[in-house]
Amino acid sequence: MKKRIVKIVICVVLLAATLFLLQKLLVPKYATTNEEGILSSEYYANAGNNDVLFIGDCEVYTNFSPVKLWRDYGITSYIRGTPQQLTWQSYYLLEDTLRYETPKVVVFNVLAMKYAEPQNEAYNRLTLDGMKWSRTKLDAVKASMTDEETVASYIFPLLRFHSRWNELSSEDINYLFRTEKLSHNGYLMRVDAKPAGQVPDPVPLPDYTIGHKCWEYLDKIRETCEQKGIKLVLIKAPSLYPAWYDQWDKQVVEYAAKYGLEYINFYTLADETGIDYNTDTYDAGLHLNLSGAEKLSAWFGKYLKEKCGVEDRRSDAALAAEWAEREEFYEFMKEAQYKQLREEGAVTRYK
Amino acid sequence: MSFVSLGFLLFLLILFVLYYALPRRFQWVLLLAGSLVFYAFASPKYLIYIAVTALSTWFAGKLIHDAYAARDAYIKDTPDITKEDKKACKEQAKKKGRRILVCCLILNLGILAVCKYTDFAIGTINSLFGTDIAFLRFALPMGISFYTFQSMGYIIDVSRGKYQAELNPAKFALFVTFFPQLVQGPISRFDQLSQTLYSEHEFEAQKITQGAWRAMWGFFKKMVVADRLVPVVTGIACNPDKYAGGYVLALVFFYTIQLYADFTGGIDITIGVAKMFGVDLAENFDRPFFSKNITEFWRRWHITMGTWFKDYIFYPVSVSKWMLKVSKWSRAKLGPQLGKRVPVYLSTILVWLATGIWHGASWNFVVWGLLNCLVIIISQELEPLYAKFHEKCAFSNTKGWDVFQMFRTFWLMAFLRVLDVYRNVPLTFRMVPTIFSSKGWSEMFSGGMLKFGLEERDYIIVAVAIVIFLIVGILQGKKPVAEQLAEKPLVPRYLIVWVLIIVILVFGAYGIGFDATQFIYNQF
Repeated sequence: MKKRIVKIVICVVLLAATLFLLQKLLVPKYATTNEEGILSSEYYANAGNNDVLFIGDCEVYTNFSPVKLWRDYGITSYIRGTPQQLTWQSYYLLEDTLRYETPKVVVFNVLAMKYAEPQNEAYNRLTLDGMKWSRTKLDAVKASMTDEETVASYIFPLLRFHSRWNELSSEDINYLFRTEKLSHNGYLMRVDAKPAGQVPDPVPLPDYTIGHKCWEYLDKIRETCEQKGIKLVLIKAPSLYPAWYDQWDKQVVEYAAKYGLEYINFYTLADETGIDYNTDTYDAGLHLNLSGAEKLSAWFGKYLKEKCGVEDRRSDAALAAEWAEREEFYEFMKEAQYKQLREEGAVTRYK
Repeated sequence: MSFVSLGFLLFLLILFVLYYALPRRFQWVLLLAGSLVFYAFASPKYLIYIAVTALSTWFAGKLIHDAYAARDAYIKDTPDITKEDKKACKEQAKKKGRRILVCCLILNLGILAVCKYTDFAIGTINSLFGTDIAFLRFALPMGISFYTFQSMGYIIDVSRGKYQAELNPAKFALFVTFFPQLVQGPISRFDQLSQTLYSEHEFEAQKITQGAWRAMWGFFKKMVVADRLVPVVTGIACNPDKYAGGYVLALVFFYTIQLYADFTGGIDITIGVAKMFGVDLAENFDRPFFSKNITEFWRRWHITMGTWFKDYIFYPVSVSKWMLKVSKWSRAKLGPQLGKRVPVYLSTILVWLATGIWHGASWNFVVWGLLNCLVIIISQELEPLYAKFHEKCAFSNTKGWDVFQMFRTFWLMAFLRVLDVYRNVPLTFRMVPTIFSSKGWSEMFSGGMLKFGLEERDYIIVAVAIVIFLIVGILQGKKPVAEQLAEKPLVPRYLIVWVLIIVILVFGAYGIGFDATQFIYNQF
């Protein structure tokens, strides 16, 4: 009997190990394609000691530079932003962050409030797969799933990505057990510039009412911040498009006024921030490039310091040493991208 | 709840643990509860249909049982009963039994007919008389054709006195609703299934393991092969204007493979799962594509349906008074040789008409059934010619000839089945001849087959799977593969199972990017 049990255990362990390896092999590595997928998981290596937390979609991870905030103001910050990060995903990423640290200020970018329902499985994956398993992740998955998705496929990503056997590449082998750092505390750098040309006219909508689910989760973000003594700041990044309608803006302004929150629409502050849409965007107005992000961070750092009382922590030697490493990586990536620009005429990879 | 879902696996796990944890005497009760839960997942409202069938059939069985018991008691308690009285008493009980049987058949076949065939009848009336009667679009309860036939087989057998009626309504409900066979059969017989279904089962590791292997083999067929071929089959069949010629031949071939993998895979899951609960279900297939002719094919394919039609339609019709009259007439008019075959052929036509209609409420199934019948009758009529051919040709006794016959039967069945896919008789007869035109052939082999979402590697997987089916089929000829596997040493045995699990998980056509498809026979 004992021998039989040992045999069964060995069989089960071998099968589990094989499945684990297969899963590791088949899940996307986000190393050289769809790199934004790595952002969500990078946080855990940098958790703790951040006074400011940015949550939101691409408009936060391309538009603010934590390294600039540190350099100019000694502000420690992290961006938990992922592509098309929905309002409820931002809430759960905040909740997840609070398991590791309690920032003084949370900055939420409101663009995602245009989406009142789960949108796209691929984007969900980019946001959720990188989260460490916890009750929070389970809730985030449940809130985000489209009709075609299942919780099981998040628990066992092999069930989702099994068909990638057809597209395995050397990347999947090279990054089987390792990842490479990509972001700068959540900031995804691009140094190239593409001037904004003709911006598409906003398409009139039949209904401009922001969805109930967005308000519900914004309430949760606000209440969580209140409970933890965190100052919540609402922002709208300075993108030229996709359209952020005045009707939406008005609703956010009213919400902020109702609860005594700060709301900054950076699009209206272009003169103050110094954003030049001919030089400060890498995709003709959607996202800021390094130059734009640094300008915006310079302005916002001042705001954080003066209006939110975020302290300068550059005198903390241990912290300074950590950030020195980050600055070094920042400079390395900046140089690598400028080199690409010089030699290849375009930025085709981050490093 | 689809067999091919995590929900089903979870359901199975819970039921399995409870089944062997509970006192043995409650096992059948748990199976009944599980079966009802399983059915309720399809849609709770469907429970009414199956409940009506189960309860009405049980009640009819009980009434017949009471009538026969009263008859037996009367005969037993009347020692001086005359032969005439005894005969009259038996006749009276028989008549009563027959009345109950007819009522039960009308009710249950009526439900089946209304649910399944109302719109077919309306459509036919509309096209014949140019009317515009609106379709009623009744929901088709899951497995209605299967459980109705199973129940009707039971009540016919009870009325024939083949076995005693089941007096416990809950036990009878389990016979009707036993969850593994609800999806697509097999159509079980009460005398065979009841013993294994209601008895107490010990935890037999070997039987359970073999059941699990069988189910896994079914998942392989369904998920790796059948579901992988869905895009190419639907892609070609749904766009007849675009895909003709060579594509039609590809459709004929791939649909046959899909149907085989889907149906036999589903039955493997059914039999395997039942076995894990200690229940032995009847085999529904016996390597059908190793058949050398169409008659043999139908003895090996969907066996439980074939035997059902044989026992409950073919034989009763063949020996009916009306058919005996026909026989007499045909012998007199057509001579003894041809005359004796006429009633057999008439019964055969009736059976195949019923088989076609059973498969689906549309003319393509009726035509498909009748074409099968036609091929069988022609084969039988040409039998003397075949015999002469075999006498004269030495090669007709070689292995090569056997292989040729199997190949011929495969393609014959494949071409008949194409009526299933187009679901339109004129369209099918228009498309099949295009195979002999030049249409589509060159396009097919220059990337045309990759337009349906399948890549070259997918076709390679299907090709490898077909080779595996062949090897397993050859091995199966000796004895069940699960038994052969159980005899292997531990390492190769588990290596095979391990590879099977990995192959299903990795190469299975499931999840996002694949259309989850119900079993084909679940629609019938």
